[in-house]
Amino acid sequence: MGMKRVPAFLLLPALIALSTASYADEPVAIDLTLKDHKFEPAEIRAPAGKAIAITLKNEDDAIEEFDSNSLRTEKIVTKGGTVTIRLKPLAAGRYPFQGEFHAKTAQGVLIVE
Amino acid sequence: MLGAAIIVFREVIEAGLIAGIVLAATEGVQGRTAYVIGGIAAGVFGASLLAVFAGSLSDAFEGMGQEVFSASILAFAVVMLTWHNVWMAQHGRELTAELKAAGHAVATGSKTLLALAAVVGIAVLREGAEVVLFLYGNMIASNSSWWEVLAGGLIGLAGGVAVSFIVFIGLVLIPIHRLFAVTSFLIAFLAAGMASQCVHYLDQADILNVLSTTLWDTSSILPKDSIAGRVLATLIGYDDKPSVMQAIAYLATLTVIFGAMRVFAPAKPQPKPPVAMGSRVAAE
Repeated sequence: MGMKRVPAFLLLPALIALSTASYADEPVAIDLTLKDHKFEPAEIRAPAGKAIAITLKNEDDAIEEFDSNSLRTEKIVTKGGTVTIRLKPLAAGRYPFQGEFHAKTAQGVLIVE
Repeated sequence: MLGAAIIVFREVIEAGLIAGIVLAATEGVQGRTAYVIGGIAAGVFGASLLAVFAGSLSDAFEGMGQEVFSASILAFAVVMLTWHNVWMAQHGRELTAELKAAGHAVATGSKTLLALAAVVGIAVLREGAEVVLFLYGNMIASNSSWWEVLAGGLIGLAGGVAVSFIVFIGLVLIPIHRLFAVTSFLIAFLAAGMASQCVHYLDQADILNVLSTTLWDTSSILPKDSIAGRVLATLIGYDDKPSVMQAIAYLATLTVIFGAMRVFAPAKPQPKPPVAMGSRVAAE
């Protein structure tokens, strides 16, 4: 009560600046589907230096784990479920990924160029 | 069957290594077996729960539930390991004296048994959920017979138990007056590695995205998903593409743990240079 308080409205510009800073770079959206333990499409492309958001829909009747050492990501996707895999801006190159539970068929690659 | 065995083994190595180190760190402490087995059982139970609720966990925290959960339990494990090391720095000498007097039998106990059991439980939980999901998914799949998958899984599990046992046997060969110094040293690096992993999950969940530039890339020399990479990742927190923030968390954890161990250590009757601890491990 006795403390000097910063009026809330003075903080607003700072908040707006912060929020626009983090949303200014909308991630490149990529849709990916798992069907019959295969990625569709098995090859996806994205521009270098931009954040990426892969939306993975699992249409199989089995749980899967999206796994990629090169993308430093592991994410479980339940049967019929959808997950979003957020990636930081990447350098140009090939980034393979797989469905760990059905690695024989569930193979894909992200080509950043 | 072999495929299942390899996948399960790859997943249980981490838990196996941690359980082996914890068993050695509590050598001779009364009731430790019950605690460690309790930790493993709780981990298996938790892993099964996690497997059942994988979907809901996924959807939590705007789709970042898995990452937030992993980061939280890792942070908790780091605190538990730090507490153990500080406690051992304070009481390790008494414990060793008691063990020597009792002819290497049992000492009255360590207050940190529960903390270490929790760490074992967490290690089992993290890797176990994946194993449960994998085995379950493949057992109900029509293209393989369920008993083959189960047998493979059991072989993989046995491999993990063997890793635990080998680590434990190797460590307890160390003379008792040196053992706890070595296990504290190993535990400090376990904790630092977990802190680094925790930062990685926080970064992925977009909670902590400062200094996330990659510090180095050794993924072509020693990929983190290889067996050697996984072992090193568990033991010393090896990462093939760590961020600057991960490295900071790693070094900060080591500094805090070794600093606290020094601060809380009782005055030594016959001072020994602390260097001996490091050179001893290098010699193992």
